[in-house]
Amino acid sequence: MSSLPRWVLLPAGLGALFVVLPLVAMAARVEWRDFWSLLTSQSSLAALGLSLQTSLSSAAACVLLGVPMALLLARSEARATGLLRALVLIPLVLPPVVGGIALLYTFGRQGLLGRHLEVMGVQIAFSTTAVVLAQTFVALPFLVLSLEGALRTAGTRYEEAASSLGARPSRVLTHVTLPLVLPALLSGTVLSFARALGEFGATITFAGSLQGTTRTLPLEIYLQRESDPDAAVALSFVLMLVAIAVIALAHRRRSP
Amino acid sequence: MRTLIRPAAAAAAISLIAAGCGGVEEPGTEPSTLQVFAAASLQEPFEELGEQFEAEHEGVIVELTVAGSSTLVEQIRQGAPADVFASADTENMDELTEAGLAASDPVDFTTNTLMIAVPAGNPASVEDLASLAAEDLNLVVCAPEVPCGAATEAVEEAAGLELDPVSEEQSVTDVLNKVTSGEADAGLVYVTDVAKAGDAVEGIDVPEAQQAVNTYPITTVDGAADPELGQEFVDLVTGETGQEVLAGYGFGGA
Repeated sequence: MSSLPRWVLLPAGLGALFVVLPLVAMAARVEWRDFWSLLTSQSSLAALGLSLQTSLSSAAACVLLGVPMALLLARSEARATGLLRALVLIPLVLPPVVGGIALLYTFGRQGLLGRHLEVMGVQIAFSTTAVVLAQTFVALPFLVLSLEGALRTAGTRYEEAASSLGARPSRVLTHVTLPLVLPALLSGTVLSFARALGEFGATITFAGSLQGTTRTLPLEIYLQRESDPDAAVALSFVLMLVAIAVIALAHRRRSP
Repeated sequence: MRTLIRPAAAAAAISLIAAGCGGVEEPGTEPSTLQVFAAASLQEPFEELGEQFEAEHEGVIVELTVAGSSTLVEQIRQGAPADVFASADTENMDELTEAGLAASDPVDFTTNTLMIAVPAGNPASVEDLASLAAEDLNLVVCAPEVPCGAATEAVEEAAGLELDPVSEEQSVTDVLNKVTSGEADAGLVYVTDVAKAGDAVEGIDVPEAQQAVNTYPITTVDGAADPELGQEFVDLVTGETGQEVLAGYGFGGA
C-alpha cells in the first residue's frame, strides 16, 4: 500500500462511490411504512418462492454438470479441451436474451429437441423447467471457471501420491481431489446460485411470465414497475440484500 | 432483444427515432426540433405523419420517441423535453394532466381493439373467444398491470369467460412474438398488431372486444419550446390526414 502513489485514492474512491451510490439511492426510495405489506403480497411471495426454488435447482444442476466439466478442463491434456473451455465461456459473454432465443430454438415447441419432446407429450415452454434451463445455461460458466482455477492451483501432487499408494481413480477423486477444492466448489456453487437468482433476459424470452410458474423475482420487479413502483423498489431492495449476503458468503469461503 | 425477438427489457429502453431530415436549411437559420413522445403502438403511423409534418414545415425536425405510455409519462415527469405526448390509454394521460404537465386539454384521436392472433395455419383451430378456454391450448395474454392486459380483463368480463393463459407477458409485442414463433397457439393482441405482423399470424375478430375499446388521447406538453408548433402537430394527427394514416395501420376512429 505504501508503494502506491496517493492520487490512486481519488479514482478508486470515485469508482467505489459509483457502485455504492445507486444502491444507497434505491434504499432511500424504499417506502418503509408499507415495506412489509408490499413484500408479503401474494404475488411477491410467489415470485420469491419460485426464485429460490428454481435457483436452488439450477445451482444443483450446475454442480452435477459443471464439476465433471471443470475436472476435464483442468486435468485433460487433449487439444479439444481448449475448444471446450471456449464453448463453456459462451453463455458468460452472450447477452442473456440471446441465450433465451437459442434455448427457444432448442427446447421450444418448434425447436430442435422441443418438437420431438412435444410428440412425446412433454412440453418445456411456459413451464418451471424452462426457467431452470434458462438459469442453468447462464450460471454454469461461473461454477466451471472458479472450480477449474482451483483445480489447477491445487496441482496433481497429492493425486499422484494417492494413486501410487494404490488408490483407484474414483477414490482419488472423492477422497483427494474434491476435498482439496471444496472451498472453491462451495463459492462456485454460491456464485452460480446468485447468477440464477438474477436471471432475467433468458427467462422472459424463453419461459414466459406467469405467477407461481415462471414469474421469478426479477420478472416480477420488472412487471411491478408498470403499475406499482413502490413494490418494485421494495422487491429490488430484497434482491440487493440477498446479493450482499451471497457475496459475503462466497468471499468468506474464498479467503483462506 | 429487438430485431430477432424483442426482449421485454429493451422495451423499457427509449428508442430515439429521427424521422428523417427537414427541407434544405437556409444558412444561418436554426432548425427547430419538435419532440413527439408517442406510445409504442403508434410508431409507424407517427413516423409517416412526422415526415409529412417536416415536409409542410421547412426547417422543422420531428424527433419521435416511442416507448410504453407509462414509461413516457415517467420520463416527462423527470424533465424529458417533450412537446407532444400521445398515450395508448386515458389512464396514463390522466397521470400527466394530474401532474399539471399537459399544456392543453387532451383530445381523443384514435382507438384500438383487441383481436385473437393465431400462428399462420391456425394449428389449434381457434374459432372465437370461447375456444380459447380449451384444455391444453397455449394461450398467451398481456399481464393485467399493462394497458393491453387491462383490456383483456375487460373483454373476459364482457364475455363472462375466465381464461387460463400459460403466460402473462409484459407487453403486447411479447405476446405477438410468442404467437409468430409458434410457441403459443393463440394470443390476445391489438388489431394493429395483427396488421403489422403480416403473413406470420392470422387475426380472428372478437365481438366482445367492443366492450373494451382502448382510446388514445394526445396533448401538447407544458414547457414546450414552441407550443404553437406542437399544437399544429396535434391538429395534423386529429385532422383528416392523420385519421387516414392511422386507419391505414388498422386504427379505429376516435
